[in-house]
Formats: sequence, structure tokens, C-alpha cells
Amino acid sequence: MPGLLGKKIGMTSVFSAEGKNIPCTVLEAGPCVVTQVKTVDSDGYDSIQIAYGERKEKHTSDAMKGHFKKAGTTPKKKLVELRGVTEYKTGDELKVDIFEEGAWVDVTGTTKGKGFQGVVRRHGFAGVGDATHGQHNRLRAPGSIGAGSDPSRVFKGTRMAGQMGNVKATIQNLKVVKVYPDENLIVVKGSVPGAKGSSVLISI
Amino acid sequence: MDAIKFVEQDVNGNIDFPDFKAGDSISVSYKIREGNKERIQVFQGTVIQRRGSGSHETFTVRKVSGGMGVERVFPLYSPFIDSIKVNKSGSVRRARIFYLRKRTGKSARIKEKLFVKKDDSAK
Repeated sequence: MPGLLGKKIGMTSVFSAEGKNIPCTVLEAGPCVVTQVKTVDSDGYDSIQIAYGERKEKHTSDAMKGHFKKAGTTPKKKLVELRGVTEYKTGDELKVDIFEEGAWVDVTGTTKGKGFQGVVRRHGFAGVGDATHGQHNRLRAPGSIGAGSDPSRVFKGTRMAGQMGNVKATIQNLKVVKVYPDENLIVVKGSVPGAKGSSVLISI
Repeated sequence: MDAIKFVEQDVNGNIDFPDFKAGDSISVSYKIREGNKERIQVFQGTVIQRRGSGSHETFTVRKVSGGMGVERVFPLYSPFIDSIKVNKSGSVRRARIFYLRKRTGKSARIKEKLFVKKDDSAK
């Protein structure tokens, strides 16, 4: 599916024609350059590789410099491969006008990292029992993690404390509220994973 | 942030309401839709606060109706606001005059600002 790399700018709200206040996220999308085209003949499947954001020459490896030079463009920060897209050729520029107002898009980003979190925050456990009546130290504890001697082990996938956030997440079917082709901006309804300035992939 | 301001400017457009602040007495003409019919209701009272910025800015208008205090919060950029008229500009010392809620009668009055700065009146 065609898409664009970009970054999250922030949130605002917009009044619709009916007077409803719609929460929106403003995203910068593109312009992206097609840096490589894969076809069934050459690689066994169809896809394009798009690049977004400027990278300094001195921070680019020689191998990547050659890769960008082949596409006839300057070094870029982010690269992503979009499978099943055929209608572009190397060096083409993709702009935000591939999206239409009123259409639906999916936005992929990296969620805000929350660090190492306990089960109450990470999985919504209720904690254990009371704070008083002799209870000590157990307020936000996970409780039992399984039966005893029968399995004699903890089942895989048991919800426990650990790293929360900072994972890839996709929000599907966000409505496109506005597109500004000159400013490379797209406004979608609802929220998008990640912090302001974090990179996102917007796909149709 | 500039991109957000650009989007807000584009969707909200320029509102041509007069400048007002806490302490001012204003009339807000608010469009009300009943079925297919639309009519205008006027809410007249004292502005007790302006809150937020950009698209989210709201203002609260307080009036005393039949001995009962009534407060209404309007989003500044709401398409339902038809017009705003400033009846009196009041002289108050703070931006949020919540102390009005506790007062009735004579003490709930606000002194009128009689001398308005030249550049204010130009607006």
C-alpha cells in the first residue's frame, strides 16, 4: 500500500461543519523519495523503498551514500519499504497529495516509553486486597502467577512487570480531516502513537 | 508548533469579535438548532475568565437569573457563536474573577472602566 514517512507535530481540535469539536493530530508527511524499486523479477516480490528527512553527509556510511546517489538524491534519515506498490520508479517524489480529505489512513509509530512498570500500570491489575488489616508490602503486587506443584512452572505469556511502551504500534482507520500539499501537512482525526517530533508512517 | 498555529488559523479563520476580558459585560448571540430551524439566543452577563489558547480557547460568562447564578462556557471559535457585543468594560484587578460567585447585591458590582486606551478603542 502506498504511504509516506513523516513526523508527529502535535494535537489540536477542529470544528466540523455540524459544529462538532473534533480532536485532531497534525502530521508532517513527506516529501519522500523512492530510493529503490523491487520487482518480482529482481527480488521475488513487488515493493518500493521510500526515504524521508535529511541526514548529514558525514553521518552517512559510504555504502548508504552510494545507495542514495544511485537514486539521485541526498542522504536521508529514515527508510521504509512498502510492499505491493508498483506504480513508482526510482527517484520519484511522493508528496502528501496522495491522501484525500475524508479518506481513511493507518498511522504507525513508536509509543512513548514508560520504562519498567508494575502489573497495575502495565496490565491493569487491581493490586492485592486491602491496605490495612495487617496487609503489608503487597498493595500493587501481582498476586498468584499460577498453580504450584502441578505444572511446576510458570506458563509462558503470564502477564508480569516489565518494559512498557517504546514499541511499534499502528492505529488503523483514522479519518483524514485536512491535507495541505504546500506545507506537507496532513490532519487526521484522533490520536497517533508517539511523542511530538517522533517519526510515523502514514499508509492508505 | 508553528504548523499547529497554521492549521488552527486555517480552520478557524479570523473571528471578528471585539476584544474582551474578565470583568467585561458582554452579550453572546448563540445559534441554537431545533430540528431544521435555527434561532439565536442571547446570553448576557459578565465574563469571569478566558481560558486556553488557540483552538481550545474558551470564555465563561456569568449572570444572575432570578436570584440563581448561571454560568456558561463558550468555545471562542465555536461556529455557533453568531456575534459578541461588549456592553461595558469593567475594571478588575485579576484575570479570573471567581470571587464574584460568593458575592451578591452591591458587592457584586464591577466598576466600569471609563477611560479606554486609544489603541483599544481602535479594535
